[in-house]
Amino acid sequence: MNGLLNYLKEIGAGIKTLLTGMRVTSGYFFSPKEIVTQKYPENRDTLKMFDRFKGELEMPHTAENTHTCTGCGICENVCPNGSIQILTHKKENEEGKLVKQLHTHIYHLSMCTFCGLCVKNCPSDAIVFNQSFEHAVFDRQKLTKVLNKPGSILKKEAKGL
Amino acid sequence: MTGKVNKREILVEQNDEYIINMGPQHPSTHGVLRFELSLKGETVQRVVPHCGYIHRGIEKMCEANTYRQIIHLTDRMDYLSAHMNNEALSLCVEKALEIEIPQRAKIIRTILAELSRIGSHQLWWAAFGMDMGALTTFFYGMRDREMILDIFEETCGSRLLHSYICPGGLMHDVHPDFVPRIKEFITYFRNKLPEYDRLLSGNVIFTTRSKGIGKLSYEQAINYGVTGPSGRGSGFSCDVRIHQPYSAYDLVEVNEQLRTEGDVYSRYMLRIDEMWESMRIIEQLIELLPEDGFTAKMKPVLKLPAGSYYQRVETARGELGIYLISDNEKSPARLKFRSPNFSNLFVMDLLSKGHKIADLVAISGSLDLVIPDIDR
Repeated sequence: MNGLLNYLKEIGAGIKTLLTGMRVTSGYFFSPKEIVTQKYPENRDTLKMFDRFKGELEMPHTAENTHTCTGCGICENVCPNGSIQILTHKKENEEGKLVKQLHTHIYHLSMCTFCGLCVKNCPSDAIVFNQSFEHAVFDRQKLTKVLNKPGSILKKEAKGL
Repeated sequence: MTGKVNKREILVEQNDEYIINMGPQHPSTHGVLRFELSLKGETVQRVVPHCGYIHRGIEKMCEANTYRQIIHLTDRMDYLSAHMNNEALSLCVEKALEIEIPQRAKIIRTILAELSRIGSHQLWWAAFGMDMGALTTFFYGMRDREMILDIFEETCGSRLLHSYICPGGLMHDVHPDFVPRIKEFITYFRNKLPEYDRLLSGNVIFTTRSKGIGKLSYEQAINYGVTGPSGRGSGFSCDVRIHQPYSAYDLVEVNEQLRTEGDVYSRYMLRIDEMWESMRIIEQLIELLPEDGFTAKMKPVLKLPAGSYYQRVETARGELGIYLISDNEKSPARLKFRSPNFSNLFVMDLLSKGHKIADLVAISGSLDLVIPDIDR
């Protein structure tokens, strides 16, 4: 008799704990305001990442197609994975002197670990992280990017012209 | 010529043992880890963990990188306590260079570490419930963790692998919304944490599956070097935050959470207690936050004086030790990580002996293993 009573008590305790849990879940089920899920591909237009979000490396250009990268190579040296390559060439400035200038700033997105050292160490703030996060492509060649736009020049020089 | 041929039988599986592999692709190990199980019927006789499936040679890679570059590698060991890993290396470098960092940087480091401890325990709670067959917990844990990840994303720029704490202080100052957001999170989570107890801690199926399972005694915890919540669940007082306070832990009151039962349930409850404790620590630290100074003045190239240095921190899983040998170069001569998960993993054999195979998932889940930290 005692065994049966204990058995029934255990069943009662089991149902009680089950209902305690169910009260939490059903509470959310009947209050649609508490829903936190984002409908991702549909909300693309309104989805805004935080300003500091480390998306993809970018070189900001002005309307006159100028940038501030001097081609010093600090970002290339400081990168732990070799995801930045800087090619420079000698070019005459307005005084007729041969000066080392940026030719191409190559960025391998596939190797980047988004540590942020390049942006932090850049002495002329020439590169920034943008807020893009959809990096998937069908061809991996597309992950190697040239950051300076064709025909772009150094900002200081552009002022002189 | 005469000879004698003896027939000999070689028994691979002795005493009717049945050997099966659990993993390397098993959802409950949360990574690539293989357990070689020796079973007798349904009872586990022996568990042999085989690690190395995600070995990336981080210790060796460190020898080719500068101290600032190593930071992003430490993220990738125990990714759920990335801030603590960054902090460990930064503290070690600062100890070698004898640099005092600003008070604000210290306090922010501690706040971030405690936030990631809460976040890590939330993810553990979510995944542990799922391992035990309660899928609901996964969504509830993830929902609350999202707020912490948003705080990290706003300040550090990334959600999981932050690389935010660097030698000398922080990469950049915190976002202006940092403090209000944390206050908002704490009031929110104070209300939500009792829900965890209602959903899982008191559930009769859960308690019968976890109470008395996988007992680790006090002596065994010390012998095997089990630290963190898993060690404290057996009554082993091993909290580095109390015994060797670093950063801003000496400014605040930290109560070490201890439980003596040593079973799966005590390790579970200990992590719930730690979430309450972490919230108390953050609340105390927010009040102490000074106005400015997030980084000390550092040389552009860091060269540590020759010698060896050791620094311990408490991550969400236990004690992380960094042993650094420098020969006055830009990169370390040798860097050894004493990772908490590696020590915690090898009690699996001890804990699961004699238990049923269904309890194995509960035991390995209660140790809260992160596989990349084991293999490094």
